[in-house]
Amino acid sequence: METILRLEDIRHRYGQRIVLRVPELRIRPGEIFAVVGPSGAGKSTLLRLMNFLEKPTRGQVFFHQRAWTPRSLPIELRRRMTTVFQQPLLLNASVGSNVAYGLRVRGSRNGKAAIRQALEEVRLAHLTDQSANTLSGGEAQRVSLARALVLNPELLFLDEPTANLDPGNVKLIEEIIRRANAQRGTTVVMVTHNVWQARRLAQRVALLYDGEIIEIATTDDFFHHPQDPRTRAFLTGDLVY
Amino acid sequence: MDIFLEGLGRALQLIFSFDADLMAIVRLSLVVSGMALVISAILGLPAGIILGLKSFRGKRLLVALVYTGMGLPPVVVGLTIYILLSRQGPLGELGWLFTPRAMVITQSILSLPLIIGFTMTAIAAVPAALSQQLRSLGATQRQIVLTLLYEARAGVLAALIAGFGAIISEVGSVMIVGGNIEHKTRVLTTAIVLETRRGNFSLAIALGVILLAITFSANWLLLHLQGRLDPRQ
Ligand SMILES: Nc1ncnc2c1ncn2[C@@H]1O[C@H](COP(=O)(O)OP(=O)(O)O)[C@@H](O)[C@H]1O
Ligand SMILES: [Mg+2]
Repeated sequence: METILRLEDIRHRYGQRIVLRVPELRIRPGEIFAVVGPSGAGKSTLLRLMNFLEKPTRGQVFFHQRAWTPRSLPIELRRRMTTVFQQPLLLNASVGSNVAYGLRVRGSRNGKAAIRQALEEVRLAHLTDQSANTLSGGEAQRVSLARALVLNPELLFLDEPTANLDPGNVKLIEEIIRRANAQRGTTVVMVTHNVWQARRLAQRVALLYDGEIIEIATTDDFFHHPQDPRTRAFLTGDLVY
Repeated sequence: MDIFLEGLGRALQLIFSFDADLMAIVRLSLVVSGMALVISAILGLPAGIILGLKSFRGKRLLVALVYTGMGLPPVVVGLTIYILLSRQGPLGELGWLFTPRAMVITQSILSLPLIIGFTMTAIAAVPAALSQQLRSLGATQRQIVLTLLYEARAGVLAALIAGFGAIISEVGSVMIVGGNIEHKTRVLTTAIVLETRRGNFSLAIALGVILLAITFSANWLLLHLQGRLDPRQ
C-alpha cells in the first residue's frame, strides 16, 4: 500500500501521562482521512506529531518513506505540508498579508493572483485590505484556511476546521476541502468531533479514544459495520471521556 | 511662576540662537544616550526574546536579576564603573574615566535591563501556539523569531522608549564617570545641575525644557514608527 505519511510505534507523553499510543498509522496519498474522537483523546497532539511540530517521546514519523524529526526534516519537505489549527492564530496585519505569509517566507514574490484566488475561494476577497483583528470567528477561520490553501500543500492537516461555526460557514468550508482534494489532489487529514462531517468528507475514518486508535475503517464500514462497542457508543453519542 | 516663564523664554532664545556651547551639549547628550541605546538594544533585544520564548533551568533567577536591574540605582552603577576605570582600577589603563566612553558604558548598563525586561514581557504575551502555526506555514526559525518580534512590536518599541527615556534624563552616573567637564563630558542633565548650583535658575530651566523637548521628539518619532508599522492605526 502506497503511503505519504506513516507513524510507527508512537508513544507520546506529557509529564508522566501517556497521551498517545499508536503502533501504526498510514496516510494514503490523495485521500481524505478523518480522525474522530471525544475531546482530550489526543487528536490535536496526533496532528502536531504528523506535521513535525513536536517530536514523539518514542517512535518514528515517516514522510515519503523516510523517518524525520522536527529538527531533521528538511525545509523543502516541511513546506509541502501545513496545518490549519483549531484556533485561527492570525497575525496583527491585513487579511491579505496574512494569506501571503507562507508565500513570503518561501521567498515567492508574485503571489498576488494566488492570494486573490485563495481569498475568493473562501469568499473573503472583499476583505483583503482589512485588518485581521476585526474579523468575526467564521471569517478568521476562513482566512486561516485560505493561508494554507494558497500554499497548495501536498498534505493538509485540519484541526476541527468548523468547530463553533454557523451552518453556512460549515457548508462552505466543507466544499473547499472537497474541492482542494478533488482538484489539486491534496491529501487531507482532518480532526473533527463531528461524525457527520467525517461521513460527508472522508474516505477513511479512525476513532481515537484515550490516546489509542480503537477503530479504523473505510467510511462505509465505520458507520455501517462498526467493530468496536466503543465506536458504536461514539456514533450514538453515548461515549464520554 | 515667573521663573518658569523666564526659563521658557530663555529656552526658545537659546534654541534659536543656535548657541555653540548649547549645541555641543545637546549633541553630546544625544550621542552618548543614542550609542548606549544602540548597544543595549543589540544585547538586550536577543536576550529579551530568548527569555520571552524559552524555558530553561535558572530562568527564574535570571528574570529576577533582570527585574532587579530595572531598578538599578544609577549612582551605584556610576560608582562601580568609576572604580573599575579609575587609575588604580582593573581597567584603569584604558584611560576612559571622564570620557564620553565611560558615560556610554554606564548608560548601556542602565538601559540594558529595561530593554531585556520589556522585550521579554512583550514577546511572552504573543500566544505560544503562534510559533507552531508559523513553523507549520513553512517559516524557518529565523523567520519565526522575526515575525514574533514584529507581532510584539508595540512592546518592543516601548522597551526602546523606556531605555532611552531612562538614560537621557539620568544624571547620577554620568556625573560620576564623566565629571561634567566643559566641552568634553558635559551633557544636558549635568549642565542643569551645574547651573542650578550657580543660581542660574532660568538657564537651568531652559536646559530642562530642551531636555524634555528631546525626549518628547524621540518618543514621538518612535510612536510614529509604531503607527506606521501597525495596520490597526
Ligand atoms: N502541551 C501539553 N502539555 C501537557 N498536556 C497536554 C499538552 N497538550 C495536550 N495535553 C494533554 O494531552 C491530552 C490530549 O490533548 P489533545 O491532543 O489536545 O486532545 P484533543 O485534541 O483530542 O481534544 C489532553 O489530556 C491534554 O490535556
Ligand atoms: Mg484538539
